[in-house]
Amino acid sequence: MNVALNLVAMKTIVRKEIVRVLRIWVQTIVPPAITMTLYFIIFGNLIGRRIGTMDGFDYMQYIAPGLIMMSVITNSYGNVVSSFFGAKFGRHLEEMLVSPMSNATIIIGHVAGGVLRGVLVGLLVTIIALFFTKLEVRHPFITISIVLLSSVVFALAGFINAVYAKKFDDISIVPTFVLTPLTYLGGVFYSISLLPDFWQKVSLANPILYMVNAFRYGILGTSDIDIGTAYAILLIFVIVLFTACQQLMHRGVGIRE
Amino acid sequence: MVTIPGLMQALSTSNLTKTYANGNQALKGINFSVEAGDFYALLGPNGAGKTTAIGIISSLVNKSGGEVEIFGHNIDTNLEAAKSCIGLVPQEINLNLWESVHNVVLNQAGYYGLARRLAGARTEKYLRALRLWDRRDDQARSLSGGMKRRLMIARALVHEPKLLILDEPTAGVDIEIRRSMWEFLRAINAAGTTIILTTHYLEEAESLCRHVAIIDEGKIIEDAPMSTVLRKLQREVFVLSLAEPLTEAPELNGFETVLRDDCELEVDKGPAVNLNDLFAQLNKRNIEVVSLRNKANRLEELFMRLVEKKQDGFKEMVGQ
Repeated sequence: MNVALNLVAMKTIVRKEIVRVLRIWVQTIVPPAITMTLYFIIFGNLIGRRIGTMDGFDYMQYIAPGLIMMSVITNSYGNVVSSFFGAKFGRHLEEMLVSPMSNATIIIGHVAGGVLRGVLVGLLVTIIALFFTKLEVRHPFITISIVLLSSVVFALAGFINAVYAKKFDDISIVPTFVLTPLTYLGGVFYSISLLPDFWQKVSLANPILYMVNAFRYGILGTSDIDIGTAYAILLIFVIVLFTACQQLMHRGVGIRE
Repeated sequence: MVTIPGLMQALSTSNLTKTYANGNQALKGINFSVEAGDFYALLGPNGAGKTTAIGIISSLVNKSGGEVEIFGHNIDTNLEAAKSCIGLVPQEINLNLWESVHNVVLNQAGYYGLARRLAGARTEKYLRALRLWDRRDDQARSLSGGMKRRLMIARALVHEPKLLILDEPTAGVDIEIRRSMWEFLRAINAAGTTIILTTHYLEEAESLCRHVAIIDEGKIIEDAPMSTVLRKLQREVFVLSLAEPLTEAPELNGFETVLRDDCELEVDKGPAVNLNDLFAQLNKRNIEVVSLRNKANRLEELFMRLVEKKQDGFKEMVGQ
């Protein structure tokens, strides 16, 4: 493989993705900022005052890491699924398919684009959160690495969704029926210690629980789960999903006749 | 693999087959080769398999069997090198319509690994050559149909491929732009780029190409230099505009004549006679000819005969 060629090609995809995100900023940046502001006002400020503390933190402070992670996850996923499916639908994906860059470069370029948008929106939501509460990062390495790994996992998942999608409806099914419920049930708004034993055990099967809690641990220093387990799960997801993306591209599923 | 000793092959295919998931056998083992530097026409009726063949060569379609080599690089074993040699202008508009004209070409250069500075210079070179430089900041969707086709040519050329494949590049383009595109393609072919062209305008193929292959129902039914192919055409029909009206078609030795209207005579010329005979006989009868034209483009006539031969066979088979 020509490494120099693939590096230039990857940078080109990433630059194209950044241009795309900034060109349609009203669709990509503004909505999550408004949604999260509403979450902070309604759940954190109005309802949160009546809830009191959770795990020793005031409710606004407790949900802020979860809301940041939620915006990172949904935007990483959404960016890749819409960009890659849009390219497939408009047939300009062929520009990349006829070129000599490797399948891995196409995948990594799009995933990097998704991560950049996820992190950009995550930073914006963090700034908004700082208007409502005080956040001190207790474990910077854990905070940053968990955000990046979670973003990569969902960008890869978005890529797979886009590969299989045949119409625009297909790219909204997973976010609506899978991603949103898992996020809401993934400990963004509550500690699973509040749940009965049975539902605590069920919650442990939700991968988003590990991401939200590991990220919350990085910022607040409190978590419902073991951080090592969270890293292991994230790394396994990255490897499995990347391998699946590679296989799909190699076989040409959904993109080559 | 079809190879000609001593000549560099830009492309060679061997027993190339494609059967789609719905069972449609689009290619039934085609073999053809294109010499480096050639201007090669790949012709055929709709659904003959041209676009499938081009799709396989450019890696957009998975083949079912056979082999493809591009400048000696097998697409199964050395795909990256093979792809680097190709520039593709597809039949369908496949531009990112929301991207600026400049970025469409610049990004494509990046996908081929061209460093940013070189990519920028090449982008300007080809946008100027295709007369799109003034529109470089406009979104691709704002271009006319002809401009979009020119943009696809600029995009395909930005990495300066050794083999340019054009799948109906002038479809829906007005005659003025079509002719300027012909001049451009002739120039880049003269500069050494091998070109494979599919087109429905057979006048275009006859005017530009030195070699022609005709594909029908997934098989190559003709593959020879253009001059050889045209020599196979034994008969030609000319339409003569006459200065004075006639009441009936004159009888001319060696020619079949039909009076289309008072002042238009259709003359079918066989292989044994020439146009001097025709004019000598017309002079004897004091018939003055104002102008003369071919009834059909020569390649078009041959193409129709080859394809119709198959259709006649089909009609006989179903008893029509």
